[in-house]
Amino acid sequence: MAPVTQRGRYDNRGLAEPDTVAPETAVVSGHTATLDAADLTTRQVNLELRRLLYSCGVTEVTLQNPGARHSLAVGLLLRCRITIEGSLGYFGCGLIDGPEIHITGRVGWSVAENMMSGVIVIDKNAGSLTGAALRGGDLVVRGHVGARTGIDQKGGTIIVGGNAGSMTGFMMQRGRQILCGDVGHGMGDSMYDGAIYVAGKVASLGIDCVEAELVAEDEEFLDRKFKSYRLDRPDTFRKFVCGKKLWNYDNLEPNERKLVL
Amino acid sequence: MCGIAGIIHRGDSGAVGHEMASMLQAMRHRGPDSTGYALYGEKTDLLVMRFKLADPNDSGDFSYGDRLARSRREVESRLAKIGATIDRVDGANEYAYRATFRYEGELKPLADYVEDVPGAEILSIGYSLEIVKDLGDAATVAEQYRLDDFQGTHAIGHVRMATESDVDIAGAHPYWAYPFSDVAVVHNGQLTNYHGWRRRLERLGHRFQSECDSEIIAVYLAQRMADGLSLETAMKQSLDDLDGVFTYLVVTEDSLGMAKDEMAAKPLVLYETDDLVAMASEEGSIRAVVNREIDTYDPYEGEVMVWHR
Repeated sequence: MAPVTQRGRYDNRGLAEPDTVAPETAVVSGHTATLDAADLTTRQVNLELRRLLYSCGVTEVTLQNPGARHSLAVGLLLRCRITIEGSLGYFGCGLIDGPEIHITGRVGWSVAENMMSGVIVIDKNAGSLTGAALRGGDLVVRGHVGARTGIDQKGGTIIVGGNAGSMTGFMMQRGRQILCGDVGHGMGDSMYDGAIYVAGKVASLGIDCVEAELVAEDEEFLDRKFKSYRLDRPDTFRKFVCGKKLWNYDNLEPNERKLVL
Repeated sequence: MCGIAGIIHRGDSGAVGHEMASMLQAMRHRGPDSTGYALYGEKTDLLVMRFKLADPNDSGDFSYGDRLARSRREVESRLAKIGATIDRVDGANEYAYRATFRYEGELKPLADYVEDVPGAEILSIGYSLEIVKDLGDAATVAEQYRLDDFQGTHAIGHVRMATESDVDIAGAHPYWAYPFSDVAVVHNGQLTNYHGWRRRLERLGHRFQSECDSEIIAVYLAQRMADGLSLETAMKQSLDDLDGVFTYLVVTEDSLGMAKDEMAAKPLVLYETDDLVAMASEEGSIRAVVNREIDTYDPYEGEVMVWHR
């Protein structure tokens, strides 16, 4: 892989990095590295992560003292393993494609937004908008999550060990959600497709979200996911999908129909 | 966007001025317009009134200093006329003052009389509540009003990104629930039935110090409590009565409460131990006073929580 070199205000992927260079403070040992974020800015942490992963041959990074800061470990587009010892603020691990990330603390709003592939495991709670517009990969939260989990989800799997807030699966388009605890009001509101599995109580279903039969393939899928992440599997799940009553894409307005015909 | 924060010491009092300044400064990016504090000191038998005589971003006139000095003398003489015994009056600057006095009567006539002085606005009156707000970030305001030394039991604060009204001190949070002593509110969000509630409360005789939607919450809650509801019940009722997106914090003499609308559209992170409860729009703000890995959680939609001293 070509090393990242900074040409002026842009790196070789055309990303703007004005006025900051990687601090080169990580302790590298072979293909592993430890990075202490305590005295670094968010931009420096992200630059250092990129330097390690893109040009130092490092494949495993331990990030210490993240201090609940926003926007850490974002935009990483390669296979690697990252352990974050502590908590993240908003927009953590967003826009990633490939990394396996383990966060030992909690995360704020919008973690793993638009993740393309990879795995994120969060040991504690997560805020709202967890896995917004998720495209692929697995996002596992052992604790509780806030409202609008997986809003606009387009693929991948979200697994929640605890409870989820209102409007979970809002406008979901593809993918799976496995929710072990209780779920708030308006679950699956306006979902287009995909499936939501719930073990606990559902406060209410959103518009056009209906219960479906849990078939053998679903059970097999659930077993496989719980086994992969060594989570306790609740005995019974219910499955919810799109009722397809709002599927009106082909219904043209009368004046449009005249034009087509 | 705005940021809100609250802290309450359940055991001994603490350096809430310094703590709230650190919490708000950690959220400076959420709203650089203005910053406000509602701090609860040790209760005495003296009433504390925080008031301002002008907005620092209004255009001054040639006799600005003279006018403020005249207004200040007028406020003091009106306090005396209505029957208050003034203990002392200190100024943080030429437009913002803190007065302590003894007074037995109703608060509303006193407050109305003082506010009748041109340019005067009361920020708070209470036996332990003191509201300080001004333009600038948390550190600037804390330094200007020397809040680092403020010892107390609980506090709320606000960094403001003005969306619903002007950038001036009147539009800055927290809001005192005029004319109820020791009740204040900070709010992150927007209220969509502001005008309806404002008219309803004005018909009950309330007046408003600003055009800001958040002020409604303070007066609404205080009115409900004056009607005999507990703080918690009043807050639960506010979830039905107030429309919009909101997470708000409210403080009274001995409690701190939070409420979140049914859409859960504005954030709040909570940290709770036996002797300290801290909450803020972002965990980074809580870390400013509890600087270690901590377990926190987000309250859900439609939740109301109250902590007592």
